[in-house]
Amino acid sequence: MHPAPSVIIFSVLSGLGFGFMTFMALAFLPLTGLWAFWAWGIGYALAVGGLIAATAHLGNPQRALKAFSQWRSSWLSREGWAAVLALFAMAPIALGDWLGFGVPFAWRGLAAGLAVATVICTAMIYTQIKAVPRWHHWLTPVMFVVFSLAGGALLAMQAGPAFVLLLVLAVVMLVQNYVGDGQFARAGATMSAATGLQGEVSVFEQPHTGGNYLLREMIFVVGRKHARKLRIIAVLCAAVVPALMAALGGVGLMLAAVVVHLVGAFAARWLFFAEAEHVVGLYYGKR
Amino acid sequence: MTCLPGHTEKKLGLAIDLDTCVGCHACVTACKGWNDQGYGAPLSDQDAYGADPSGVFLNRVHSYQVQPAQGAAQIINFPRSCLHCEDAPCVTVCPTGASYKRVEDGIVLVNESDCIGCGLCAWACPYGAREMDADAGVMKKCTLCVDRIYNENLPEEDREPACVRTCPTGARHFGDFADPESTVSKLAAKRGGFDLMPDMGTKPTNKYLPPRPKDKRTEASLLAPLLDIEAKGFAGWLDRVLGKI
Repeated sequence: MHPAPSVIIFSVLSGLGFGFMTFMALAFLPLTGLWAFWAWGIGYALAVGGLIAATAHLGNPQRALKAFSQWRSSWLSREGWAAVLALFAMAPIALGDWLGFGVPFAWRGLAAGLAVATVICTAMIYTQIKAVPRWHHWLTPVMFVVFSLAGGALLAMQAGPAFVLLLVLAVVMLVQNYVGDGQFARAGATMSAATGLQGEVSVFEQPHTGGNYLLREMIFVVGRKHARKLRIIAVLCAAVVPALMAALGGVGLMLAAVVVHLVGAFAARWLFFAEAEHVVGLYYGKR
Repeated sequence: MTCLPGHTEKKLGLAIDLDTCVGCHACVTACKGWNDQGYGAPLSDQDAYGADPSGVFLNRVHSYQVQPAQGAAQIINFPRSCLHCEDAPCVTVCPTGASYKRVEDGIVLVNESDCIGCGLCAWACPYGAREMDADAGVMKKCTLCVDRIYNENLPEEDREPACVRTCPTGARHFGDFADPESTVSKLAAKRGGFDLMPDMGTKPTNKYLPPRPKDKRTEASLLAPLLDIEAKGFAGWLDRVLGKI
């Protein structure tokens, strides 16, 4: 799958933003006054900035509001709703922290739940797609949620939870890489199944000599050469190194850990798309 | 609504004969030609006469070499277009309701004025049936020539999809799969029409008719009767003499 920058930026930043807001909503941080203003500002900027980046991916972004209509069947629509509800539910908490009035803990819990639900909806957009066997696995939503919460804990300067969550993230990433590698074969996706032809099927001639949308969007093979190295970089930067930095503690080191984590997160999310093989590639004899 | 209808009155679709298709790409051209005019945004091309041409097509013809367990390899031409699936994943993923399956005839269509061009439907389709129009920013797909099949301004013989109408070998058949007496249903039953990637759970309407088994000749060569030449007369005498020297 084509790793579109807009979608990578969206899922990394929004995930981190909603994770950060989850920890703030659950009152992990003793936020008051201007500190609260800036902290919540960063949370909102990440979550909303990511969502705006996602609209850059659309062919007709002026009609984006229509995407709220199909929540009954579409995970993308549900994600839109969850994001808006989460952002609205967070608002009184943010104002309360800033201006110094209390918000019932039940409401804080609800807002945190909606933030996590948003990340799950994002993950389900990919997980639901059977035609991309690597994504079509329950580990995908687990990875997205753990990524969001681990990054959020780091940004919220919660050394203990961050350390644990980042170690969980490392395990999830490694397991997902391992399981994902076998998914295409497990789905029974072969050229014979795609064409229904009996015998050993190979491409004799391609249907067109030029490129097309399918080849650009679904049959992305550029850059897989460095996939193995990138995987190691992703696990080290996103999880292992920040976990060690969190273990050492200190505000400066935690902030640096956020930056290292983001580098790893971008690498991991790039790989999430670049390594995902769509079954349509079989018709072209490519994966 | 992008929820799928529980039941459609008709199941309009194509039966595509992989035995008869000669890979001439006439259906590709006819489809592109018809869908450049009339229904929805015209299928655009980018850099059509330049170094890197690219464009939207709703039908593509692949050519495969198939090596059976025994005997010579075969070339199979393989037209690929929307299968108008009963359980169409491209419809349910659509966030805006632009993608829908018609209750009356089962045709899967895109309402282009609602399409935001997110491309998720194209991801959801295992068959690569949908291509985004780079010019209009909306998703294009086979309409089963919905603007031909019910079009009373056309002569009756033209009221079928452009690809079917144009096929010079009769490799594409159009009809209602819900009616067991229709030509396509009978063809599919008789020839063992099959679904593409049934494991994807899409329940395609279109059926592919497999290549017929090739005749098996007993002679080693088609020229065998001619090769067994016995020289006679002067040539025979020469043959014998030369053989003895």
